[in-house]
Amino acid sequence: MKMAVCLKQVPARDAVLRLNSDSTWVREDDVSFEINEPDIYALEEALRLKEKQGGEVVVCTLGPERAAQALKEALAKGADRAMHLHDPAFQNLDAYATARALAAAIRQAAPDLVLTGLQADDDGFAQTGVILAEMLSWDHSTIIMEIQAQERALKVKRELEGGWFQWIEIPLPAVLTIQSGINKPRYATLKGILAAKTKPLQRLGWKELGLDEESLKPHQKITKVFTPPKSGKVEWLEGTPREVAQRLADKLKNEARVI
Amino acid sequence: MAAGILVFAEHHQGKPTRAAWEALAAGQRLAADLGLSLTAIALGVELSPLMAELARAKLDEVIALESPALEVYTPEGFTSAVFQLIEARQPRLIIFSHTYQARDFAPRLAARCGRALISDCLSYRREDERLILIRPVFQGKFCAETEFMGEPPYFVSFQAGSFREDSVEAGAAPARVTCQAVTLAAGTIRTRPGEVFREAKQAVDLSQAKAIVAVGRGIKGPENLELARKLAEALGAELGASRPICDNGWLSMDRQIGSSGQTVAPNLYLALGISGAIQHLVGMKGSRTVVAINKDKEAPIFEVATYGIVGDLFEIVPPLIEEIIKAKSG
Repeated sequence: MKMAVCLKQVPARDAVLRLNSDSTWVREDDVSFEINEPDIYALEEALRLKEKQGGEVVVCTLGPERAAQALKEALAKGADRAMHLHDPAFQNLDAYATARALAAAIRQAAPDLVLTGLQADDDGFAQTGVILAEMLSWDHSTIIMEIQAQERALKVKRELEGGWFQWIEIPLPAVLTIQSGINKPRYATLKGILAAKTKPLQRLGWKELGLDEESLKPHQKITKVFTPPKSGKVEWLEGTPREVAQRLADKLKNEARVI
Repeated sequence: MAAGILVFAEHHQGKPTRAAWEALAAGQRLAADLGLSLTAIALGVELSPLMAELARAKLDEVIALESPALEVYTPEGFTSAVFQLIEARQPRLIIFSHTYQARDFAPRLAARCGRALISDCLSYRREDERLILIRPVFQGKFCAETEFMGEPPYFVSFQAGSFREDSVEAGAAPARVTCQAVTLAAGTIRTRPGEVFREAKQAVDLSQAKAIVAVGRGIKGPENLELARKLAEALGAELGASRPICDNGWLSMDRQIGSSGQTVAPNLYLALGISGAIQHLVGMKGSRTVVAINKDKEAPIFEVATYGIVGDLFEIVPPLIEEIIKAKSG
């Protein structure tokens, strides 16, 4: 099975983030970046499927120069080749335009299955994979916790709310968005890192992807980013444990009216 | 009727979910603020009782999109059915709650319309003709004001708890009910969903709980869970936990609250020894009354707390159980 994994490079989880000068995003010049966590699980799932039944894993990202590092890491872990969608025209794309560019790349790669994380930790859209499926006219399923490969179809376990799950049979080609925790992602080995140096990393701009300005037009725009206001609304209850317990019970009964 | 707002009402076997009422509450506010008509839609079979229940709310119309093909949710079926309705009705705004179901098909629906979905919003603001949506970015470390570009329809989903289900206004008279049979083209639905199931035998749906006692690292060991259980019992509450407790296997994964667990919005949320990492806060900050008991006064949990107690939970909880039992019987 030929698989593509769409991944995104996002600021590291422990990065100290500061707003940029016009408060439209965070300052990116002094933070370290890493592969978006759910995308790491998506990559691992693709590598495992390949190990089980053969095939190819193509990794694909859209991002600036620095994003090539995420692709190199994926190649070191075992992906076969990489596509880097990189063009000045790709700056600040929304989910729709990003999906459109990815769809163009996926058509070129022609995989049977696309895997991606269920959402990016930076913008938190949780949309790009699903929009990509629509643009490709492929089926999709989201928040996947297990994949069983069958003949020209997959059986996938979808997480629902409240601890519920559902098995879904989905024909190929398809797009799946992967939930964190589906597997235990591997680390790149030294051998893998060395092997990655000779693997193909293709760079594609909007012309190579056959895109025009119209197709990258934004449909939504962030106008301002800000730190959530501190509510400071907390009412402190103080005293001995007994006094505090009495006061809280009284508040819950007579003020909040929840008991 | 003038183009207005469509609210997607999610239901579980014909009963509107909390998410449906929250979406409707958002729709009512936006309809009033923007001067637009309000319509709720639901998909499935035999929806008459659901329609009657929704029609009691203050809105203009409720529409049932009925087809045997829509009895069980599939993204293709729901996308196609709602897309047909959008083409026929030309609404300006379509509102969802940011549930797993909406996350599964709303982006696809918006893309089919060639439009954007602004997802996971916390609130909105109107500035003249501009509709500004406020949503979390960087896992809640920041918020972003986001606006639509281009022509409507616009698609919005709101995070659980952004609007309260009990803020839905009742209508003066029942709204108009329209039942519409939907025909889907052959071959539209290609995926085959199976039965829903739970892994653990005693799995709980915390999203529907009215009260929750949640424990974090401060509980120290599984042997101390009994104390939290007794408190939950006294309050008539469900027991929940932050991720580390479930990762350690002290409580089952289905009791985990937060971005990778359940999203809850009970009337009472009592956090014991939870510091309040953002991944936890996004799962519970829609709760109405939040009590936090923690040793560290600087813990972020106090930022979302209504009542804060700085101290040792092992000293405070035993008398608290007694006082709650007393208060309830008094």
